[in-house]
Amino acid sequence: MTDTMKHTLLFVFVGVMILLEGMTDVLFFSGSWNSALVILNMGLISAIMAIGVNIQWGFAGLFNVGIMGFTALGGLAVVLVSTPVIPEAWSSGGAGIVMALVMGALTVVAAVMITKFMPAGRLRALVLAVVMIAGFFVYRAIFDPSVSSVEAINPALQGNIGGLGLPVLLAWPAGGLLAAGAAWLIGKTALGLRSDYLAIATLGIAEIIIAVLKNEDWLSRGVKNVVGLPRPLPYEVDLQNDPSFVERAASWGLDPVTASTVYVKAGYALMFTVVLLALLWMAQMALKSPWGRMMRAIRDNETAAEAMGKDVTRRHLQIFVLGSAICGIAGAMMTTLDSQLTPGSYNPLRFTFLIWVMVIVGGSGNNFGAVLGGMLIWFFWIKVEPMGILLMELVTSGMAEGSALKAHLLESASHMRLFTMGLILLLVLRFSPRGLIPEK
Amino acid sequence: MDLLNALVALTNFVIVPGLAYGSQLALGALGVTLIYGILRFSNFAHGDTMAFGAMVTILVTWLFQSVGLSAGPLPTALLALPFGILGTIALALFTDKTVYRFYRQQKAKPVIFVMVSLGVMFIMNGLVRFIIGPGDQRFTDGERFVISARTFKKLTGLDEGLAIKTTEALTVVTAVIVVAVLFWFLNKTRTGKSMRAYSDNEDLALLSGINPERVVMYTWMIVAALATIAGVLYGLDKSFKPFTYFQLLLPIFASAIVGGLGNPLGAIAGGFIIAFSEVTITYAWKKVLTYGLPDSLAPDGLVQLLSTDYKFAVSFAILIVVLLFKPTGLFKGKAV
Repeated sequence: MTDTMKHTLLFVFVGVMILLEGMTDVLFFSGSWNSALVILNMGLISAIMAIGVNIQWGFAGLFNVGIMGFTALGGLAVVLVSTPVIPEAWSSGGAGIVMALVMGALTVVAAVMITKFMPAGRLRALVLAVVMIAGFFVYRAIFDPSVSSVEAINPALQGNIGGLGLPVLLAWPAGGLLAAGAAWLIGKTALGLRSDYLAIATLGIAEIIIAVLKNEDWLSRGVKNVVGLPRPLPYEVDLQNDPSFVERAASWGLDPVTASTVYVKAGYALMFTVVLLALLWMAQMALKSPWGRMMRAIRDNETAAEAMGKDVTRRHLQIFVLGSAICGIAGAMMTTLDSQLTPGSYNPLRFTFLIWVMVIVGGSGNNFGAVLGGMLIWFFWIKVEPMGILLMELVTSGMAEGSALKAHLLESASHMRLFTMGLILLLVLRFSPRGLIPEK
Repeated sequence: MDLLNALVALTNFVIVPGLAYGSQLALGALGVTLIYGILRFSNFAHGDTMAFGAMVTILVTWLFQSVGLSAGPLPTALLALPFGILGTIALALFTDKTVYRFYRQQKAKPVIFVMVSLGVMFIMNGLVRFIIGPGDQRFTDGERFVISARTFKKLTGLDEGLAIKTTEALTVVTAVIVVAVLFWFLNKTRTGKSMRAYSDNEDLALLSGINPERVVMYTWMIVAALATIAGVLYGLDKSFKPFTYFQLLLPIFASAIVGGLGNPLGAIAGGFIIAFSEVTITYAWKKVLTYGLPDSLAPDGLVQLLSTDYKFAVSFAILIVVLLFKPTGLFKGKAV
């Protein structure tokens, strides 16, 4: 069996799994097309995130564990781009907030300038401290009153700065741009550190981004969540009230409710597939280009690449920004799919480390591997729970009815997810470290 | 102006909690730094090792409580601690044998070790959730306060109270003892010396007949004990929740790096630096300043520099500054 065939079969396997999920309800399958499409949609988004991580890790060997932060920034972009404009917010405090942020940025720029251009010594430290402290207090003095006036506007529904009222699809590239901007800032400071320092730095950045989203109510309504974000596709209720849609559904032999939900989800699946294919094509082209070869050369031997005149830090920054932008696009897509932004739901185990499992299992350095890993691991992430319950029922079938151990085992089966993911990661790292579809 | 009250308020809200939190971070950071020094990778599973140790201790504590065993005014968890340590040592040695040893023999790159530790992190996290569940567990018992705010006010006649929780006092005392024993072990015993030698120069240590597997085994045992103690103290002081322990990873790493990875003394200093900056920057200074400044200067607002939810940002900012200006940490760590 050739490699191509083996790899095609792996993709077919994932496809069959998702089809089975829709068709039958034996074992751990649910037999609902809705659930199959939900898995497919998140699988596609996961695949895009995996491509982003693969670009950073597989191409360039950058160890980024801040994916959650970039995903969340993508989500924020959806809010900022697509929610309706709130003129009161802008007139009351928007300008103040923008000014405060500019002041804050200027302070940082000034601090960087001082460190760059003043000779090191006690004087520099003193000037630096004065500039930073003064900048901080000026920033707070402008920022605080503006924020409270923005948050006072209709706090039950809004209380934030609102968006631009643009079509939600524009939020996807905007999410990429936002994430890219953040990645540039982070990369400027943290790249060039040793690999595990970069990991810890990105881990921290992600936590900070989430903390900002959770606490800056004027921006993202914090833990109050932004719900009812605009959608690129029609609402199910509208479809159900549309006679021509109901008629068409009936001609397929479907009731209007199922037909409308499946229609919307399939629509998302189509859009996500288009984005995934486009990004996959670009990633493949980049990998094959001289630029891709240079990246791999840098990854394999930084010193040698540097000796050949390659600017390693700049190239790292470039690829860090690109990979993070892809994660941002995926994050914006995910928030669009949920049509709500819930900063409280971002968890590094799910949004950072799970993506890493996908990349490693799929095959780091291979874009198709990343896509396969994304889809496959997402399927298992969803299905480990019913599998675990099935397993536990089997294990406990011999135990006495109503025993405490049996109850505990059945109840905790749902926590097997993390355990299983860890086990998969360790097994792949040990026995097939290059993943299911290895790099060529 | 009332300097005495200002001082008491400062002690009560900043110094005492900072000392306790700093000791917990220092113990955690010691574990991270030892792994880094001997095994040469950043162990992402450390937070979950702490959670595992705390969990075993909690289970044994519950057993003791149910048979009526108690340590009087001290928390029962102290009696259960040795069992927790033994359980965690067993787990750590088992993980090393089944997982890490393979990569050591392969002489894998540090980043591979980090990735493997991610897998271990997932497994331990799942294990803890599986056994004890993801919820909050409180297992503190015994006397709640060494000195309560009311007793203090009555004793001194001041307006401000000073409360010292038993768990806070216990944390600091335990940390001092543990650190003293650890340093005695590292500096005076043969095994400790061989560990330091191995950390300083692996080849030279091997040449002089030090058995690396033995060194690694002792390291895991010490790290497991430190992690359990840190985890239990943190759980006693706050409460036990698996996810919180995972999140402790960031301040712990920040402590270890700020102090200089691989340097035990640095880990302790780093722990206190991180803890005190987190507490001082997120504390609302209104009370202290109202007492401490003349009435005309008394502040109107809360004088809180950042909201408490940004404490990660504080440890992180310090981390970045140190990495940029002194990449090996304040105390000379190693840069592999």
